[in-house]
Amino acid sequence: MTSQIVADGGVSTAGTTGDERDLRLRSEVDQPSSPVARFTDEPLRLDSGQWLDSWQIAYQTYGTLNADKTNAILLCHALTGDQHAANTHPLTGRPGWWSEMVGPGRPVDTDHFFVICSNVVGGCAGTTGPASMNPRSGRPYGLDMPVVTIADMVRAQVQLIDRLGIDTLFAVVGGSMGGMQVLEWGASYPDRVFAAMPIATGPRHSPQNIGFHEVGRQAIMADPEWHSGRYLEMDTKPRSGLSVARMAAHITYVSEAALHRKFGRNLQDREDITYGFDADFQIESYLRYQGSTFVDRFDANSYLYLTRAMDYFDLADDHGGFLANAFQRTRARWLVVSFTSDWLFPTSESRAIVRALNGAAAQVSFMEFVSDKGHDAFLLEEPEFHRAARGFLTGAAIARGIEPPGAAI
Amino acid sequence: MNPRMTVNPSAVGPTRLDFDVIRELVEPGTRILDVGCGDGSLMALLVGTHGVRASGIEIDPDGVKEAVALGLSVVQGDADTDLVNYPDRAFDYVILSQTLQATRAPRKVLENLLRIGEHCIVSFPNFGFWKLRMQVLLSGRMPKTKLLPQPWWDSANIHFCTIRDFVDLCAVMGVEVENAIALNAAGTRMPFQAPWWFWNLFGEQAVFLIRR
Repeated sequence: MTSQIVADGGVSTAGTTGDERDLRLRSEVDQPSSPVARFTDEPLRLDSGQWLDSWQIAYQTYGTLNADKTNAILLCHALTGDQHAANTHPLTGRPGWWSEMVGPGRPVDTDHFFVICSNVVGGCAGTTGPASMNPRSGRPYGLDMPVVTIADMVRAQVQLIDRLGIDTLFAVVGGSMGGMQVLEWGASYPDRVFAAMPIATGPRHSPQNIGFHEVGRQAIMADPEWHSGRYLEMDTKPRSGLSVARMAAHITYVSEAALHRKFGRNLQDREDITYGFDADFQIESYLRYQGSTFVDRFDANSYLYLTRAMDYFDLADDHGGFLANAFQRTRARWLVVSFTSDWLFPTSESRAIVRALNGAAAQVSFMEFVSDKGHDAFLLEEPEFHRAARGFLTGAAIARGIEPPGAAI
Repeated sequence: MNPRMTVNPSAVGPTRLDFDVIRELVEPGTRILDVGCGDGSLMALLVGTHGVRASGIEIDPDGVKEAVALGLSVVQGDADTDLVNYPDRAFDYVILSQTLQATRAPRKVLENLLRIGEHCIVSFPNFGFWKLRMQVLLSGRMPKTKLLPQPWWDSANIHFCTIRDFVDLCAVMGVEVENAIALNAAGTRMPFQAPWWFWNLFGEQAVFLIRR
């Protein structure tokens, strides 16, 4: 494994055994190293009609909330992200997933903004999900966890924001599944969002994307170690199933051009093909590595639940079939962002959002950035995108009457 | 006003004399859509001086980046294809500044502008300007001026018209001309009482306020 082909997921767990890593992953589920807001007598209503009577949400904050509580930015993480956006990850020891974007002097400038990032409902990093202890049964939820939706995730975030005493968020920002949450915030809580930045996302999950998710779920459920979702009680987990799910998904996060650039048909530590099924090609070795490290930091049932939440997302369907209806009450300023080589959430999806926002006479900006990094571009070093994000937030800060990051320049 | 929200001086040189005229035509506190807004100079100007709520469309990604970095709402898009997505009467003024001649279907674009806005402000270079006529007459080649510096093969301008052509199109489309101003080469306004032929010969550019 050469370092130049590690896009993400490389772990600093050398020297620890698989059992130790599993224990650490499991302890982050119920007793995370992040702050936790616990709701024991404020049940969470779910779209499925069920309720979570007793639940918790884990979050990280960066920067300082101002006296008027007008400078809070909520970051919404993607499918396999978590609340550790800009701090060292407690399990992997790697920088947070958006440390390129978030921090002092960065586009989401923690010297000026109070940044909140919480783990989604259904996740496995400290917010209630299928790996969490079910208070009714005294064992992990597994498939007894009700199915959650993007709207449920946002409803939980609203309760966290209430708990933190924040009325209106200065901005809600997120990519991919996080972008879906941004859209949901803008549609369902129009009075509580001043600026919204949905990135590399869409107003609904496409049939192609649902198909990819289904492949991942079937891989997990076909693994005998899955045990109908009860693997935690049996001290095992569907490692190979989750790993295959991650490998397949990872291909959808990059572009063909990037795969050519990074790997081509190069062979892995060998001079010639071996006429066997070992990882002859670098791309195979890379994907196997991505799969195996993912298993150390993610719960397989969580993967089922969160992919399902994305599949069920269809904002227009929630508003009489017309996407513009979803944004009728929005007063936020919007910046919609897409990347040219993203084929998971192509620019046409972002344009559909922009059309709907225009139809609702919203204040909307839209930019498509040229990148060959595929869907993952939003997580990576993309100077032009970062500059635009900074400019958008600065302009919004001026409009909001809070000290803008650009003021010192 | 934020010091960064000033106007890019390169964009307000002699080529953007129409900005001054447009500023006088726009009522303060209104909603405007600037189609082909470039780097957002005019929008920033109108936000600063008129307190308008401004939106823009620009095809060039570099222009959109500049505008968004100024805090303006600009969509990367194409006037020829994306205007259909805006609802009727969404704006008080839709501004098409020096862009009409660069559209593929100017009449369709105008139809959309008139639908989206209560009023439309259209500014364009007058191809009937005497200097252009002289260049064609004497050199036999496509004219080049300070306002239109590109050679024909490198110009985004594919649908030039004269002031008279535009007036004719307004008549055909049943459009009411509320106001019209022509500027000569020095950027001075031409006498309002002057006949169309005089404007068409001596006006280097024109600004029309129209509605339907």
